[in-house]
Amino acid sequence: MLDKSYFYQENIPKINQQQIQILEQLCQACSVSGDEGEVRKIVFEQIGSYVDETKVDALGNILAIRHGKGSNRLRIMLAAHMDEVGFMITDEGDNGFFRFDIVGGIDERQLVGKPIVIGEKHKPGVIGAKPIHLTTKNERNETISLDSLRIDVGPENDNHIKIGDRATFASPFLQLGPSILAKALDDRLGVLNLIELIKHAPENIDLLAAFTVQEEVGLRGAKVAAYTLDPQLAMALDCTPASDLPIWDKDNYQAAEEQLENAHYNVRLGAGPAIYVADRATIADPRWVRHLENIAKKYQIPYQIRQPGSGGTDAGAIHLQKDGIPSISVSVPARYIQSSAGIARLDDWQNTLALVYFSLADLTQEFFSVDR
Amino acid sequence: MIDIKPFLKNLISTSGLSGFEGTIRKQIKEAWQPFSDELGLSRLGSLHALKRGNLPEPRPSILLAAHMDSIGLMVNAIIDGFLRVSEIGGIDHRVLPGQFVTVHSRKDLPGLIVQPSSHLLPPSDSNAPVPLNYLFVDTGLSAEEVGKLVRVGDLVSFAHPPLDIGKDELSGHSLDNRASVAALTYCIQELYQREINWDVWFVATVQEEETLGGALTSAFQLRPTLGIAIDVTFARSPGSPDHLTFPLGKGITLGWGPNIHPIFHKEIKEIADKFEIPYKLEAMPRHSGTDAMALQIAAEGIPTMVISIPLRYMHTPVEMVSIKDIYRTGRLITEFISQLDGTFMEKISWENRA
Repeated sequence: MLDKSYFYQENIPKINQQQIQILEQLCQACSVSGDEGEVRKIVFEQIGSYVDETKVDALGNILAIRHGKGSNRLRIMLAAHMDEVGFMITDEGDNGFFRFDIVGGIDERQLVGKPIVIGEKHKPGVIGAKPIHLTTKNERNETISLDSLRIDVGPENDNHIKIGDRATFASPFLQLGPSILAKALDDRLGVLNLIELIKHAPENIDLLAAFTVQEEVGLRGAKVAAYTLDPQLAMALDCTPASDLPIWDKDNYQAAEEQLENAHYNVRLGAGPAIYVADRATIADPRWVRHLENIAKKYQIPYQIRQPGSGGTDAGAIHLQKDGIPSISVSVPARYIQSSAGIARLDDWQNTLALVYFSLADLTQEFFSVDR
Repeated sequence: MIDIKPFLKNLISTSGLSGFEGTIRKQIKEAWQPFSDELGLSRLGSLHALKRGNLPEPRPSILLAAHMDSIGLMVNAIIDGFLRVSEIGGIDHRVLPGQFVTVHSRKDLPGLIVQPSSHLLPPSDSNAPVPLNYLFVDTGLSAEEVGKLVRVGDLVSFAHPPLDIGKDELSGHSLDNRASVAALTYCIQELYQREINWDVWFVATVQEEETLGGALTSAFQLRPTLGIAIDVTFARSPGSPDHLTFPLGKGITLGWGPNIHPIFHKEIKEIADKFEIPYKLEAMPRHSGTDAMALQIAAEGIPTMVISIPLRYMHTPVEMVSIKDIYRTGRLITEFISQLDGTFMEKISWENRA
């Protein structure tokens, strides 16, 4: 899997069992938007001795700087968001049943019948459903509304749960052959990539790292992080949904699919890092796109262009900060990322890390020699 | 004495879908063997364990039926490495997206049930539940690897590990009806230390969720004088009507209705009162939805009773049960059997009722 020519270069960050363990730690944390403390703690443990300056800003972003060497260094901001989608308890409990609301974009249809964890102490609960025996056929054709669902922590265990507590799905972290199955891959993959890039930062740049908060509720952390860091260029490291599943009526649509290449997915697992050209929040700087494509070709790293369309990353807030910051996003593709668990490929993860590393290492003032 | 919670956690961590109970049966057999005078299997795979009584032959006997099978899924097609599945037992399809499963292929493969994005589905209301025939199981493996390992007909079982909710509650899949298997395990251990009059057949039945075939055939083979089905019932929870549900952890239920012999019911109720075991009357106006439906009509017919353990979110992977209620069930059956003597059948005869 990792038999790639570039892989034998010494300083490039590599994915091995140790990185997978850190990813597990990151994914198992409960860090819903606005309550990113658990991930923040892990990030600090990891980057502590590698950075020259570090601080936590007013919103909870970690801003960390690792200086390069020599003159004429570019100031490059890399952003990865620490928060994840999840839930908040919204009412006093009634015999252990709690009302809750959704934070970020979770489909209501993903809620029913799931174990969850509440708060930093990961107190257990479940979101149940009415037994099928007591439902009617008509009822089963209707989506169960959030309003009718409760988090159930058992009849006598509700004294430590409070209004405002955050919760996430309780999901195992599994390695499935070439893949990783875990919750919160969006964006713990990006967080870990940024940690690894700090540890292996190329010396030609000043690396301005932002581990951001509140991406899932409107890119809010990145906006102020970019203001403070004041970079010349920026890149968001994220995780993007892959919808590379068969269409429902595959046999009939086979012919059509062959004619309409790329009609039904944003990106595919196994095809390498996803380079953004445009999404709902950003039109990527074309110089960045060209640069990344050139680097991918030079080092024979597989890559894919993410289909333009919905979604947005921290780049959406960063590129509009101050007098404008040329920005792009590069994502590890993963399926089902806003449900109880997503699936990503180790290969794509390694290739993303390599692509970003080389694109930074090969970055010079030349970048600005052409107008956008 | 058995510590029910860890025992039950083990039981629900073992697969045994309807018609494929071999693995779970082995585990129950190990638990029951030391306390049995005789162990056997029915032709359909139900486990029979006998505790002998002291009355002279022909000795009356009571059959205790707890079904060991559980609901799940089966692979019915493989498309580009993704698995289509159909259900075994009754499952509300709305609980399936995002569930962790094990695909029992040539190796056990972890997998996730997934709902494709709406643009991959036939045009319809984009917020409506996605029917089972459009859901997939994704194993994270390449299509080539899946092709080597998985076959149509492979079983798919729920895989989320048991969840300790509080001191008394346990949540997980397959608690319907492993909770009752745990109650029988408590009972077989208690009775082992007692001298009793009747023979007792402890039966872990197969295929309750599909055909009730296990209870029907075991009752025919063993020809018990009395039969009790031990199963789970609906515990009160959001969305379920109060008048059809029972509070969790506040006691068990005694069934009442056409599946149940009314005087047998009354006798059990008296034992519950005597030993201060909390219970509620559960109206079962038509069929009971338990093994009792089959027990009652085996061979020439058997007087039958239903005892149930309240359980939340039945047939979802987050069923929830109170351990106290499981002990109560085991204890009630133990005490009832302990007082059975040679006159009991006269006591409950229809003639005496009139």
